[in-house]
Amino acid sequence: MALEWFRREKGPISAGQKKSSQDTLWVKCEGCGEIVFKKELEKLQLVCPKCSFHFAMPAESYIALLADEGTWTESDHTLRPQDPLQFKDSKKYSDRVAASIKTTGKYDAMTIGSCTLGEFPVELGIMDFSFMGGSVGSVVGEKISRGVDRAIAERRALILVSRSGGMRMQEGMISLMQMAKTSVKLTQLGEAGLPYISVITNPTTGGTTASFSMLGDVIVAEPGALIGFAGPRVIKQTIGQDLPPGFQRSEFLLEKGFLDRIVNRQALKTTIVQVLKALMHQEAAQA
Amino acid sequence: MNSTTTTQEKAKAATPVSQNGASGSKSYASTFVLEFEKPILELEQKIDEMRTLAESSGMGNLAVEIDRMQKKATRLREEVFSKLTRWQKVQLARHPRRPYTLDYTDRICTSFLELHGDRCFSDDHALVSGIAEIDGQSLMIMGHQKGRGTKENIYRNFGMANPEGYRKAIRLLAMAQKFKLPVVTFIDTPGAYPGLGAEERGQAEAIARSLYEMARLEVPIITFVIGEGGSGGALALSVADRIFMLEYSIYSVISPEGCASILYRDAGQAPQAAEALRLTADDLLELGIIDGIIPEPSGGAHENHDEIAARVKARILESLPDLMSETTQKLLEARHRKYERIGFFLES
Ligand SMILES: [Zn+2]
Repeated sequence: MALEWFRREKGPISAGQKKSSQDTLWVKCEGCGEIVFKKELEKLQLVCPKCSFHFAMPAESYIALLADEGTWTESDHTLRPQDPLQFKDSKKYSDRVAASIKTTGKYDAMTIGSCTLGEFPVELGIMDFSFMGGSVGSVVGEKISRGVDRAIAERRALILVSRSGGMRMQEGMISLMQMAKTSVKLTQLGEAGLPYISVITNPTTGGTTASFSMLGDVIVAEPGALIGFAGPRVIKQTIGQDLPPGFQRSEFLLEKGFLDRIVNRQALKTTIVQVLKALMHQEAAQA
Repeated sequence: MNSTTTTQEKAKAATPVSQNGASGSKSYASTFVLEFEKPILELEQKIDEMRTLAESSGMGNLAVEIDRMQKKATRLREEVFSKLTRWQKVQLARHPRRPYTLDYTDRICTSFLELHGDRCFSDDHALVSGIAEIDGQSLMIMGHQKGRGTKENIYRNFGMANPEGYRKAIRLLAMAQKFKLPVVTFIDTPGAYPGLGAEERGQAEAIARSLYEMARLEVPIITFVIGEGGSGGALALSVADRIFMLEYSIYSVISPEGCASILYRDAGQAPQAAEALRLTADDLLELGIIDGIIPEPSGGAHENHDEIAARVKARILESLPDLMSETTQKLLEARHRKYERIGFFLES
């Protein structure tokens, strides 16, 4: 349930952090191993031109990708973590938060705001794995909660882009309860007849998957994303054998019936517009 | 998540033992003793021996001594239990003699009819559910079910439900709403099962759906954490109007072992992790997550199943009238406000 991001922290995270001999110009693709010109990659929304591998993309780039130009307004950007348990392991939680704020320039693992998307009014929230492994604590829960309130008040659709290692264990049960809190809020959005589109990206596991990520009216995922409840390491430990290739990847989930579609990042906006056009036809008629 | 658990595949192959978790392996259950329980039990054994001696020899003058030792044993128990560490409470919450869901239904229900299966894939033995009557009140009961001894535990998958368990719960929640039955849930699981098949059949979706359906269920829901509240697998049955924890039960975002192996890189530091996680009933009442604590009998719930069951029953009967007299709208509003408020953050 809780995240395993400490183990992944050292792994390759994003194209921007990838260092090679000509570090800023070229990156090695994690999918095919080819060397790709970084400028070209950025033009392609960080999708490898050779193998379509989807590199991790920061929240700002998703906003640029999805929001109609000049329509984005961020909300609640000053919400930041407290330390209700005074949690301390090898480091204090408050120190980990401070370090994450310093390295990411963000106050927590979700950026949320409103914009239009293909002229449809939406509330758009995007998670950032770089902030403590995209773990969900009080701040992410509250941001989604307020996002739903605004969506209902302003008749907007909700779109959440997940990328998260699960619940933030440094907030103990307060973080687990964010699964319940976000689910409660999503029932309110549903009651109001407004669509929620869940976009799942690599990796999304634990309580995040087991709450808002899996509750979309429409659930799409980027290709090759790791999506699951238990992390692969835990499952491997439990069953004592290697996991089959492709296990818990987007393609596997689509086949098992847990995703509506796999959508290439470059087609994400047009797909969402198609969905909104269908699901918000009544709103459009009233407007 | 517990790494020493057996696989679901093994569980499937196992022969079912008794339907009702309580019977079967009495000897195992009655002999298990925790380290910190030992001095108390040794003293009590001594008292028993002296009683036998006194009876057989007619040595009436032992009565004073027996009385003195009995007081000492009571004092010792009070002393040990008054300063339990969080880790000791974790051990009590997992005590193999602790009453499980079916031990409660046996004792508190005038009648209980178990209903099986998710109508989709299979019947999950780690999560039991059924329609019940308590003193004339019809209701729906569901809860995680652990087993006693190896055989039963394999049959119950150590209380770790698969997606079909949660889907059975979702099916019966809908039935409860349809027939206006209040719902009582019992939480006692190390966590949802982290297996291949569980992932394949959508463990995450099943849990998420259960949270969603409980969030909007139009009948009252009362939850009792009776043992281990293990993360999302526990939460999936506990979006409720009232949440009560037994005095020595725990509820945590991750097991102390799991937390220790990630944060301290050493599962052996679980006792420290248990302290940091603030997972006891007292902690969670203080944090505003639960609504009340059910005191346990002297020495813990496992020392007196009847007594703890009676207390749980009383709490159900106390809580129901208020909840059932609410309009559906008021009930849901209050449930929603309760969860909307949970969170600690700073702003601006
Ligand atoms: Zn590539």
